[in-house]
This record gives sequence, structure tokens and C-alpha cells, in this order.
Amino acid sequence: MAELSSQTPEKVVERSRLRVAIDSDFAWQFRKSPVAIVSAVVVTIMVLAAIFAPLIAPYDPFDPGSLNLMNGFSRPMTPNAFTQEVFWLGTDDQGRDVFSTILYGMRISLFVGAAAVLFAMVLGITLGLLAGYAGGWTETIIMRVADVQLTFPAILVAMLIFGIAKGITPVEYRDQMAIWVLIIAIGLSDWVQFARVVRGATLVEKNKEYVQAARLIGRGSGAIMLRHILPNVLSPVLVIATISLALAIIAEATLSFLGVGAPPTQPSLGTLIRIGQGFLFSGEWWILLFPALTLLTLALSVNLLGDWLRDALNPRLR
Amino acid sequence: MLAYVIQRVFQSAIVLLVVGLVAFSMFRFVGDPVDNMLGQERTQADIERLRTTLGLDQPFPVQYYKFLTNAAQGNFGVSYRQGRPVSDILMERAPATLELAAVSGFLAITIGIGLGVFTAIRRNGFAANAIMSISLIGVSLPTFLIGILLIYLFSVELGWLPSFGRGETVDVGGWSTGFLTSSGLQALILPSITLGLYQMTLIMRLVRSEMLEVLRQDYIRFARARGLRERAVNFRHALKNTLVPVITVTGLQLGSIIAFAIITETVFQWPGVGLLFINAIQFVDIPVMAAYLMLISVMFVGINLIVDLLYFAIDPRLRADRTAAH
Repeated sequence: MAELSSQTPEKVVERSRLRVAIDSDFAWQFRKSPVAIVSAVVVTIMVLAAIFAPLIAPYDPFDPGSLNLMNGFSRPMTPNAFTQEVFWLGTDDQGRDVFSTILYGMRISLFVGAAAVLFAMVLGITLGLLAGYAGGWTETIIMRVADVQLTFPAILVAMLIFGIAKGITPVEYRDQMAIWVLIIAIGLSDWVQFARVVRGATLVEKNKEYVQAARLIGRGSGAIMLRHILPNVLSPVLVIATISLALAIIAEATLSFLGVGAPPTQPSLGTLIRIGQGFLFSGEWWILLFPALTLLTLALSVNLLGDWLRDALNPRLR
Repeated sequence: MLAYVIQRVFQSAIVLLVVGLVAFSMFRFVGDPVDNMLGQERTQADIERLRTTLGLDQPFPVQYYKFLTNAAQGNFGVSYRQGRPVSDILMERAPATLELAAVSGFLAITIGIGLGVFTAIRRNGFAANAIMSISLIGVSLPTFLIGILLIYLFSVELGWLPSFGRGETVDVGGWSTGFLTSSGLQALILPSITLGLYQMTLIMRLVRSEMLEVLRQDYIRFARARGLRERAVNFRHALKNTLVPVITVTGLQLGSIIAFAIITETVFQWPGVGLLFINAIQFVDIPVMAAYLMLISVMFVGINLIVDLLYFAIDPRLRADRTAAH
């Protein structure tokens, strides 16, 4: 009996929390917007497909043993002339199934995009909090660097960092390191947005009474920044992070397309488009078209989701 | 006003010095230039000799100073990959990029402002709405996909325009131009549209929103009440007052056009500076990378400075404010 009575209140609390989430203004906004629902569904499906790519993909495009050169240049949905095998989206010159390469490519694109945004976010939040809270010289230096970096287009900064990093890493590790170098390059080119927003919000928050109270009872600067100010400046960060994700995915694709990103051994969507471009003139359109469409769908849905999030979190725009 | 100008020039100089330091550090610490230049069969004596001729045995500040003075004179050393002076290679490639950027910039500004005014005046018209929706797609499509799409449509399917290169060029006093031959002009069409499209949509949307704002003002209503013709109201009174933000954005976008030329040049194999830079990154050709970095930052910082100073020329109110503040 004692066990039962102790369990019931917990259940009630949990249930009411779920109800609160469903009834919240945020959820209502979401239900009201068909664009948000569709793009959220699309993004979810693509993320799941990317995570479970090894389970879903009918072939492993990177296992040379499973490839059959006779399958090369199969048209989508039509049986191959030699082997009679049918590939949904056709195959490339090596006989790799385009659908499988897209799944694996999406995996790398999403991973690089998400990791780069996470890196930029952590860096930007840290520097923004420091600049806003500490002020003085710290602020001047951080914001000056941010201003200078903002004069240059992000893609150019990323290219440059990639080039330098490539020069530093030994030749035999370059292909393995390429993905991580990409993440750092795109992340470093993108932190300024976060730092500016967080600094602005911190400047507002740090003069509020709860921060003064925390300071008065003797909490350290670090604790005030992380436990008190940070939670209150996070909602604009969330919006920027979503929009940054779309930009990071496109930046990664652009760099890989230019040949300064993901190597052919670990192709992202951009690398696949780069490879596919070579077959455009000889009429094998599917090698290019399907990766390009995937990239577009992914970037567009993340973008739309970000736009919706910005409107939903900002009551003034309604 | 003068104090402000001096302050801005000073700031720009510091930014350039810092960029110079980054470029120089690339030279000094990324890879070993001697290693890169001599190759496999070398003797210790060769290495020592090259070290002295390159000045690598001198202290860091001396080297940095030398690098800066050399860079200011347009001397960036010898390309690791091509074995020729970087400045020669850049001079050879610059006309291609500048011509492409000029045509794209011209397209972006004229069509962008034109469509912006049009969509603002016919706010609820069918054509204006269609243009706005199409521009949304233009913004979200990555540049390289637009290029590929255009190549597929106009080169592969229709066969109207060339898909790569500059066509025939004519050498006019050391400047190879594609403006004078029909194949050169044809080759310009697709790359310049690809490069200018994003900036065009950006300028169009900006002009539209600024125009909508201005058209609501009292002086516009008053101008109409005075019986001025619609064209005079729209272009003389309204458009003129939207120009301050438009010039800022346009100026800053000119820099982006040069930067994004890298992508367009790769798609169309356009023999410009951007393609050179991408190849330099692929082969870790540090002198070319450093030279490009310096060149593009001089351009960006210069454009920023000019845009800031242009404010004064366009808007007399700012002039009064600034002098009052100082």
C-alpha cells in the first residue's frame, strides 16, 4: 500500500507535465502552422534515415566487394541491361546504388552540419557571455574580432581555415581528418552570430534584479553566467542554431562541391553532386539530380522550420 | 567629420595589418616552404642556400616587415605549384574575375532595383507576387546548384550557350577582355547570371521593403496631392529616399560577389582568380593563398570604408549629426 500511494502522485505530476506541453502556446503555434508540421516531419524522416542508413540502405556503397561494375550506369527503375537488377534511383559509373550513397551522404552532411553548429554555438555562447558579462577589454577584443570576421563572407573564412588545416595535417591523414577539419572550419566561420546575440541579451539580463540578488548572496561569476543568465538568453540562440544548421549544410555541400570538403572516400551530398556533375553531359542525369534534390529538400525544410521557430518565439511578430 | 574619417582609415589599416599577420603566419608555419620547393632530391647545401635566399634564417619581425613591404609592392613570392611569381599569375587571372564580377554586379543592381520598385508599386498584382515567390526559391538555392541548373538547361538541353570557359578573348594592352568577341560575350551570360542572382534577389527585396515604407510617408501623399505624375513621385521622391540602405547593402554585396565568384568560376571552369584560389587550396599552394587573402581583404576593407564615407555624400542629415556629436 505504501508503495502504491507513493507512486500515484508522481504519475499525476508527469501526466500534467505532458498536458502542459501539449496545451502550451508553443505547441498550439506548431499545430496551427501546416508549413511547420510538414517541414518538421520531413526533417525527422531525413534525420532518422541518416541515422539508420546502414539498416535501410539496400547496398553498402563503400564495400568494394559488393560492387559489380556491370551494374554501372543503370537507369532508375529499369532493369540493368547485363544483370537485370533494378535500382530505384539508378547507379553511378562504379555500379553503386544512388539511393544508398544518398543515405550515407546525408548522414555525413547532417553530421558535419550539426557538429559545426554545435561547435559554433558553444564557442559563440561562451565568448558572448564573457563579453557581455565582463565588459571592458575582454568585450572590446572579442567584439572587434567578431566585427572583422563579419566583414568577410563565412564561406571564404571556412575555405581559408580548411586550406590552412590541410597544410598542417600530414598527407597520409588528410582524408581521415577532412570531416573534422570541415566541422571546425564551418564552426569557426559561424560563431559570430551566436556571440553577438548572446552578448546583447547578456547586457540586458545582467542588470536585472535576479542577477544582482545572486551576486549579493555571493555566487561566483561563472555560476551566475552559466546557471542564471544562460537559461534566459537561450531562446534566440535556438532560432539562430536552426537557421545556422541550414546554412551549415549548404556551406558543407558547397565546400565539398568545390573539392575542398568531404573526400570521395566519405562522400557527403556535396561530393555526390560534384561527382554527378561530370555525368551531366553524357546524359546520366540521375547521378546528379537525386543528391541535388535531397540537399534542396533538407536545406529548405530546416530553413522553413527555423523561420517558423523565429516567429513562434517572438510574440511581437505575430 | 574629419576625425571620423581618420578614425575609420586607422581602423582599416589595423585590420589589414592583422590579416597580413595571418597571411604571413601561413607562409611561415604551414608546411616547410623549402621542403615544398626543392622536392625529393636535395642536399643540405641546397636547403641552406634556399633558406638564405628566401630570408628564412632571419628573425620573425624582420621577416614580417619584409613580407609587408613586399606585399605592398605586389610581390607575393613564387607559387609552389606553378613555379612562377604569384603576382604574374594574379595579373593574368584578374581580368576574367573582374569582368565577370562587373557584369554580375551591373545585372544585380539594375534588375534588382527595377524589380524592387515594380513589386513595391504593384504590391498586390499577380506579376509582383509571382516575382516575390520566385525570388524566395532563388535565395534558398545554393549558388552551385543554380549554375548546374543553368548549364543543364541552356548548354546541355538547348545547346544555346557555352558551358565552360571564357570563349575567345582579345588582348588590349595586357588586359584580356571577353567583351569584344561574340563567343566571349556568350560565355559571360550564364556565369554572370549565376553569380548575380543571389545579390539581385537581395537588392530587390530590400528596395521593395524600403519603397513600401517610404510610399506611406506624408511627403509622398503631398507630392501626389500636388498633382505630380506617378513616375516623378515614384522615382524622384520615393526611390531617392530608399537609397541609403540600398547603397550600404549593395556596396557590401560587391565584396561578396568577388568571394562567391570562387563557386561560379569552379562550376563554369572560368579561368579567374577564384578558380586559382580553389586549386591553390587543393594543392596547399601557400603563396597563392596568402596573396589572394591579402588582395581580397584590401578589397573588402576598402569597400567597407568607401561605403561608410558614402553615407555623408548621400544623406546630409548624417553629416550634421556626426559633426554635432564630435
